[in-house]
Formats: sequence, C-alpha cells, structure tokens
Amino acid sequence: MEKIEVEEMLACDAPNDMKREEGFVGNLKYGVVGILFGIVFVKAEIVSWFRIQEMFRLQSFHMYGVIGSAIVVGMLSVWLIKRFRIKTIAGEDVVFHPKKFYSGQIYGGLLFGLGWAITGACPGPLFAQIGSGFVVVLVTLLSAIAGTWVYGYFRPRLP
Amino acid sequence: MELLKLIRQPWPWYVAGSLIGLTVPALLLIGNKSFGISSSLRHICAACIPANIPFFKYDWKHEIWNLVFVAGILIGGFLAGQFLANPEAVQISPQTVADLKALGIQDFSGLMPGDIFNVANLFTLKGLVFFVLGGFLVGFGTRMAGGCTSGHSIMGISNLQWPSLVATCCFMAGGFAMTHLILPHLMKLF
Repeated sequence: MEKIEVEEMLACDAPNDMKREEGFVGNLKYGVVGILFGIVFVKAEIVSWFRIQEMFRLQSFHMYGVIGSAIVVGMLSVWLIKRFRIKTIAGEDVVFHPKKFYSGQIYGGLLFGLGWAITGACPGPLFAQIGSGFVVVLVTLLSAIAGTWVYGYFRPRLP
Repeated sequence: MELLKLIRQPWPWYVAGSLIGLTVPALLLIGNKSFGISSSLRHICAACIPANIPFFKYDWKHEIWNLVFVAGILIGGFLAGQFLANPEAVQISPQTVADLKALGIQDFSGLMPGDIFNVANLFTLKGLVFFVLGGFLVGFGTRMAGGCTSGHSIMGISNLQWPSLVATCCFMAGGFAMTHLILPHLMKLF
C-alpha cells in the first residue's frame, strides 16, 4: 500500500522533473507561458460558457477544432522530442510519465464532465475567467479546491 | 493598427489549438515540466490545508512552477479581457442561442451569460448549482481522474497514453449527460 502511494505521488499529472532547483526568477518563465496561454484561452473563447454548451450540443466545430489541433501539435512535438532525443535547455533528458489505468479515471472523468458543462470551464479556464473579469468565478474556484480536498480526504475509501 | 484589429477578433480554432499544443513542448523543453493544470488545485490544498491527509503531504514547493503557471493564466485572462477584448458578442451558433433561450437564458452579450455568472446570484439556488456544485464536481472529478483536459486530453493523449483517452471520453460523456439530460431540469428550478 505504501509503495502505491509513492508511485501515485510521482504520477501527479503535471510533475516537475527538472533536477536543478530553479528559484524565484527561474520560475517566472512558467508565469510568462501562463500569460500567453491565458490570452489564447480568452481570445479563442475557450473560456466561454456558450462555447462549451455549443460543443456539448454538437452545434459547432470550434471547440473540437481547438482540442483536436492541440492534440495533433502536442503529439507531433512529443514524437519529435523522443525521436531526436531533444534535451531541455538545461541539458537534461526530457522525462515522460506513462499513465496507469484505474477506475477512478472513469468515475472521476464522468463527474468532471458533469461539472464542465455547468461551469463552462475546466480548471485552466477557471483562472482565465476570473482574470477576464468574471469575479464570481472565484467562488467556483474555491469550490473546486474544496472538491479536490474532499477527494483527498476520502481517497483511501474511493476507487 | 491593422494588427491590433486582427488580434482583437476571435482567434480561429487552428491558431488557438496550435498554440495550446505548443505549450506541451514549451514546458517540457524549458524545464522538464509535464503540462497539466488541475494539479494546481492539489498544490493549493497541500500548501494551505493539508490537514495531515497523506494525499496532500508532499513537497508542494517543488511543484511551485504549476502555481506560477496558473497565476500567469489569470494575468493573461486579465490582459486579454482588458486590452484585447472583442467588442462584439460571441458568435455562437444560432441553434445554440435558440436552445439556450428556450432554457431561459437571455443575456448573450459577453463571454459568459450575465444572467448566471453574476455576483447577485451568489447566495441563490442558481449560484449554489452553477458555482458551488459545478466547481466542486470539477475539483473532485479532475483529481479522482488524475487530470483534466490539459493533463489527460492534451498531454496524456499526446504521449499516447490510452488511460488518458478513456478519461477524455468520460469527460465528454459527463458533459453530454449534463447538457442534455440534467441541465434542462436544473434550469426549471430557477
């Protein structure tokens, strides 16, 4: 049981695999990527509740196009990095994490989907919605943090 | 300023999708970071309210880049909303407008329906459903699934991980169920 715990810990969905410590200034570059990312979110209207409704009603190609092309570009990039063993700017090998299947991906996935259609946002757009002036979404974010916490609390008894 | 005019318009899907896809190699190459956003919620729990729960007992400071990243998303949202905003209403499909009107939504002027995402609704049943319940499901569901649209659908599938494809199909199934089976009944409550 302990061993699984450690493995899961490493398999956190967005781990930091850089060996060297980066410090405050080093971390700012992720803030810059975040800013560009937030601008794309708003400008492509991915943060729009209307766009998410349109997607789940199959009435527009927009969101499918966005997610689909993001996956194609991501896939090609990962393939190139692996194929040519491209290293990070610090000269380290890029680390990839295989995902292990467990039933929580199904149950949790369905629950997240229900919430996605209500809030019109996955976790990323939540932050961009708040930034772009929908202050009330702060409550949604706090509730999402609470949801994460409650999952952590009941985790030993959940799939 | 032709360029600014172009930027202010809504960006086409292939521009936005490509830029989002490029986040994957960008994060990997500048610092060996796997793309994922919902983990930021876990780090906030670990930093603020760990409460001795094993799931939140880890070195969150090692993952602080993720919190800087989401803070950047918030600032980016502010900059885009403040300086690059599209003056027109969101051009959604007329069918969606008709469907949503039938559900009682009237304000189509902004990125979000003003008649729902409004501070005045905070302490109403509408607020409880759209903010509190919706947010809770997003936070609980993504953590249980081990990722969200970014960690599974984009990073996971890009890395050819089939469990991420399963999770993505479940995200979509949940969304379809809410939109078509539950939302029509929820909207009757208000």
